[in-house]
Amino acid sequence: MTRQLLKGNVAMAEAAIRAGVEAYFGYPITPQSELLEWMAKRMPEEGRAFLQAESEVAAINMVYGAACTGARVMTSTSGPGISLMAEGISYIAGTEVPAVIVDVMRGGPGLGNIAPSQGDYRQVIHGAGHGDFFPLVLAPASVQEAVDLIGEAFDLAEKYRTIVFVVADGSIGQMMEPVSLPEPRPPRRERPDWAVGGAEGRPARRLTSLYLKPEVEEEVNLRLVQRWQAMEANEIRYREYYLDDAEYVVLGFGTAGRVALSAVRAARAEGIKVGLFRPVSLRPFPTEAIRDLAARSKAFLVVEMNGGQMLDDVQAAAQGQVPVRFYGRMGGMVPFPDEVLAEIHALVSEPPTPAEAPRARWLAQMVS
Amino acid sequence: MTVAAPTKPKTTLKMVYQRPEALADTPTHYCPGCTHGVAHRLVAEVIDEMGLREKTIGIAPVGCAVLAYDYFEFDGVEAAHGRAPAMATGIKRVLPDRIVFTYQGDGDLASIGMGEIVHAAARGERITVIFINNAIYGMTGGQMAPTTLPNQITTSSPGGRDVAVQGFPIRMSEILATLDGAAYVVRRSMHDPANIRKAKKAIRLAFEAQVRGLGFSLVELLSTCPTNWKMTPAEAMNWVRDNMVPAYPLGDYKVAPELQKLRV
Amino acid sequence: MQTEILIAGFGGQGVLFAGQVLAYAAMDAGHEVTWFPSYGPEMRGGTANCTVIIADEEIGSPLVAHPQVLMALNAPSLDKFEPQVQPEGLVVANASLLNRGVTRTDVKAIALKASHIAEALGDRRLANMVMLGAMMPRFPMLTMEQIKTALKGHLPARKHHLLEANYRALDAGAAAAQA
Repeated sequence: MTRQLLKGNVAMAEAAIRAGVEAYFGYPITPQSELLEWMAKRMPEEGRAFLQAESEVAAINMVYGAACTGARVMTSTSGPGISLMAEGISYIAGTEVPAVIVDVMRGGPGLGNIAPSQGDYRQVIHGAGHGDFFPLVLAPASVQEAVDLIGEAFDLAEKYRTIVFVVADGSIGQMMEPVSLPEPRPPRRERPDWAVGGAEGRPARRLTSLYLKPEVEEEVNLRLVQRWQAMEANEIRYREYYLDDAEYVVLGFGTAGRVALSAVRAARAEGIKVGLFRPVSLRPFPTEAIRDLAARSKAFLVVEMNGGQMLDDVQAAAQGQVPVRFYGRMGGMVPFPDEVLAEIHALVSEPPTPAEAPRARWLAQMVS
Repeated sequence: MTVAAPTKPKTTLKMVYQRPEALADTPTHYCPGCTHGVAHRLVAEVIDEMGLREKTIGIAPVGCAVLAYDYFEFDGVEAAHGRAPAMATGIKRVLPDRIVFTYQGDGDLASIGMGEIVHAAARGERITVIFINNAIYGMTGGQMAPTTLPNQITTSSPGGRDVAVQGFPIRMSEILATLDGAAYVVRRSMHDPANIRKAKKAIRLAFEAQVRGLGFSLVELLSTCPTNWKMTPAEAMNWVRDNMVPAYPLGDYKVAPELQKLRV
Repeated sequence: MQTEILIAGFGGQGVLFAGQVLAYAAMDAGHEVTWFPSYGPEMRGGTANCTVIIADEEIGSPLVAHPQVLMALNAPSLDKFEPQVQPEGLVVANASLLNRGVTRTDVKAIALKASHIAEALGDRRLANMVMLGAMMPRFPMLTMEQIKTALKGHLPARKHHLLEANYRALDAGAAAAQA
């Protein structure tokens, strides 16, 4: 298949169009604006809905409305926009309608900056909104993977009637890489049997997240948990590199994962038996695979572009079977492979002890 | 003895009043004297008369009408507080041939949802908005609304709304009528039968505006809240007439030329 | 095999475009490639740079601390990035905008008056292609022909009238580098 050199944001937008997205609502924010701009140009060409909303608050509620009709719908934003969308995200989850949200993460908190970051991990894996639900969260590490995951995201959202987040960071949004785009899929014509759209020849349907009777709300919550369990059983995704004989395991997602890949290769060239585990689904988290790795390796090194947000999940998965170390850059800083390589060297020369506190050790190193 | 043949009745029964098809057979939860029920019925009658029931999607607000969709026999969704116009936009943009309306109170539309309503109107979004203005937050127990009158006592303005501290009431119809996207913006009252009849005609014209694709349409309805106003239903009706109508003048603030000659 | 090229200069010098031409050529040649821009509020006139990584396997980090090649189109870029170039690496510097030469002795240095050469060709904005041309004779992964083919293949048709000028700039750069 012919490859095109595309910017991540543009590639994700075009992938969504080829996945048959029928409506896009968004608001400009760096570093995702090219996604919105591509939609502004392409969606009308396809006869589909594009609208620049007055705010992220409005954008997510437009998504909510369109999702209630059973249309394939998406939005994209960055962390500050996710914060504003938190309300609508929770309503969408409570109403059990599917939607796809792309978060091209930037430095924070607050206005922060526009440099690449993974600081929204915790916010997004918990769904950003109030109440008891989890969204499905996918984290690509390359433009091609972003394209592939966008295509899957719509199918997964509809399969589980859930929100699917695709979390990229500024570097994946802004970089160009060759990609093979999938063949376009036409928008679906038939509507699901729960969608609103006019009660023609059928009883009226109501879609709501309001359940005034706690016993009914509990039923809804339990249904969400059931669906969540099905996702945990079926939708774990990760990539493994050089793990067959690895004594040391580096863990990182997205851009941090691919930076770590360079470091792991360099360490392998020196004869160090180290591999990389890159979670692709952040929710559901590949807990069991990590537990198995923990049982057969000497030490873990978690690498992130945040203060150790996935670290907590890795530690929980490892269940104390293996000492864990952490290396992170924050605020929009992207680690260079050399930095991660130095950490791998340290893993071998000064092995971590089971009692070592990974975040404290890392912090001491960063602020010394 | 002969039995007299039954005489033919001289009068025939004629149905003069019934529940509109678009109105569900649901016992009301609204308080006695509240005009939400009247507004619901007017909407349902108009939907019936225009034959729109099977293509209508209604959007309920957060407020006393949060369960509005339970009272209607057409598709309905429930929006987050103030976001109904955005949700309506999302629906209308993917289903442009359907009839989409929001039903919103004053807190929902004029306070937390100010951004969404103004932009929906500015875009000329082809939706209809039924705006219930009763100058108070009903569902949460009688707090000050953006439309609460000066000196009006509410649970969050216990000494009366002090405009020096809490600012002035907002006249939404006047504001929205300034926007080019608005095709039909009027204010009516529901404090007596004559005004209710006028309100129904306005609701009809608002939906006509949508059917004709003319742009954004909104009917503001001055309404009661006897419970939180701490009045009897009759007192509440009079309070609308004596206090709200002077502050919120009834009238047509924007009527697209295509609607001006329309007889309904 | 992996090669990293850092291209840096003022915004408006075509730094990002030069990197894209390189990336297109690498893609067309069947390599893996990433093009990573510095992005920010400065659209014009500020400093701009991009990193292009060309490899024959899945590319890890899109950024490197020590690129093999630096193309510095102005003085601040040379000052900032010269120390980072890998030993035995290559520095191509635009002498038109420099008040010093390359000081490192453990790298191969090519200094050429790219802006002057571009001006002589009729358009100062061609300096980026002159610089790219100057790098090509010392760049093992791609040929000049592949760069020209990529330009033709990926420049929108409405800009094809500029192709000849770009080719001349590339050739002039190569000639100056070998002189």
